Amino acid sequence: MNAIVVSTLLGVMMMFCSWGIQSQKAQKNIALFGLIILIMANLAQANGWYTFNYDTKGMLAFNVFGLYANTLMFALTFIYVWINGEEISKLSNAAADFYSLIFFILCGVSVLTSFDNLLMLFIGIEILSIPLYILTGADKKNMLSNEAALKYFLMGSFSTGILLLGITLIYGGSGSFHLAPPLIHISTGMVEEQLLVSAGLILIFAAMNFKVSAAPFHFWTPDVYDGAPTVFTSFMATIAKAAGFIAFVKVFNTQYLALGYSWTILLTFVIIATLLVGNIIAVFQRSVKRMLAYSSIAQAGFMLFALYGKSEISNESILLYAVVYSIATIGIFGVLVKMKENSFEAFNGLAKADPLLAFTTTIFLFSLAGIPLTGGFFAKYYMLSNLLKAGAGLWLILVAVVFAAISIYYYFKIIQAMYFTAGEPAIGPMPKNYQYQLLVLAIVLLVLGVLPNLLLNYLYF
Amino acid sequence: MPIQYYIYFCLTLFSIGVVGVLTRRNAIIVFMCIELMLNAVNLLLVAFSKMYYGLAAQNSVANTAGIDAQIFVFFIMVVAAAEVSIGLAIIVMMYRNTHSIDINFLNRLKN
Repeated sequence: MNAIVVSTLLGVMMMFCSWGIQSQKAQKNIALFGLIILIMANLAQANGWYTFNYDTKGMLAFNVFGLYANTLMFALTFIYVWINGEEISKLSNAAADFYSLIFFILCGVSVLTSFDNLLMLFIGIEILSIPLYILTGADKKNMLSNEAALKYFLMGSFSTGILLLGITLIYGGSGSFHLAPPLIHISTGMVEEQLLVSAGLILIFAAMNFKVSAAPFHFWTPDVYDGAPTVFTSFMATIAKAAGFIAFVKVFNTQYLALGYSWTILLTFVIIATLLVGNIIAVFQRSVKRMLAYSSIAQAGFMLFALYGKSEISNESILLYAVVYSIATIGIFGVLVKMKENSFEAFNGLAKADPLLAFTTTIFLFSLAGIPLTGGFFAKYYMLSNLLKAGAGLWLILVAVVFAAISIYYYFKIIQAMYFTAGEPAIGPMPKNYQYQLLVLAIVLLVLGVLPNLLLNYLYF
Repeated sequence: MPIQYYIYFCLTLFSIGVVGVLTRRNAIIVFMCIELMLNAVNLLLVAFSKMYYGLAAQNSVANTAGIDAQIFVFFIMVVAAAEVSIGLAIIVMMYRNTHSIDINFLNRLKN
């Protein structure tokens, strides 16, 4: 509850900052300070210090997993603002508005990590999505940004409609919006409960796939990620997506029982399709930004493995994966934002011109590809080992490993351009300070790659 | 009236909305079709709410059954209004740049 209330208040406060305080640097620092307050408020609740203790009538349920996920998401946002603050300021004179939207998104994130009712799932998803539509169109004069915003908006509200129909059908079958496991408890004799609940769950599954850009519903992702301003693509691909996955896991870690055996078939189909589409199309991209959009689809395929099996197993792997993937993605987008163009050729000869930057970029790419000694390796490893514990077939793990190997190809195209192709990198002015910030991210990834227990020790609920 | 009628009617409305979103090229009409989908869901929620209320009344149990669905309808309406304000702002922003609200304009990002 703390996180929901405090993030809303901070969002409103940032809104007033946009005309009260002119200095962009001050606005960024206020946002960073607000994020620290938010993290502390959330930690206070995690340690049993309830400041806002309302009876939510079963709408929200705060558990250790949700609060810990909140803390991690807020910390990731802190890193994101810390690195991208200057770039956000360049987009508009009133950058504080963007920070305020980011705080509202964090409010949506904290609803999504603690909902216990399908109504709150819907509200959380909308609080998360609506500010994202605005952020996508933040570059008002840019046609591509407009196009991405409209596309994202139409697709997003379309999927909301599907989500709502799913929720309604579940209500029709069960007479309740609660997430508690025995779904069908009233026999009305008027409707076919089992049919309605199954249809509703499948519709919710489709809508959630839409939100996290999994395969049959991924087609908006490359266009929107490509058209949105790069700083906000970075936010969309990391924190917003991770929150979507946490909600996804929360809905289905009890509800999937209602679908019976067909759940496994459905999930396996979606996962393989997502891995296939993401990885194969990413190979053929000429723009790095578009390649990263497809790679984020491919990573979503990996994160979907968390839906297999019981919640205790999947919770820890989804959090580790989301954090590691987000750090690496924020890093690589942080490099991309300074590039003058988005093609692979822009990276030519970067290792000669700027060895430190080339090194950090390489760490980010290693982590995304899942090379040992970086965090990405352990994230993938835990995901697959938990998959095995959940009783999935060995062939599925082999498929995942094959696709991870394919992903190495397109990530290494950038490394090859940086280290083995001569040329002049098309990189804009890069302050030393900024490079050290990126280096910190790379070091975090390396530390998580050697000692993943730093994060995982908190994850045994 | 049996609940089935409401289910079929709402599903028909919803399908009209889906078909409209997928086939129409005018951004405003696409938008109206999305609203149609949401309103079909609202109607279905109210119908289910009445069904559960009636069942509870028959068995003479607590008469608050089905009330949560009606509250849900209000939330959907509020959120839809918020979405409309954002969506129209985006459409106006696009119109200023392209002087058109045709979705076929949305193909610059393909290549």
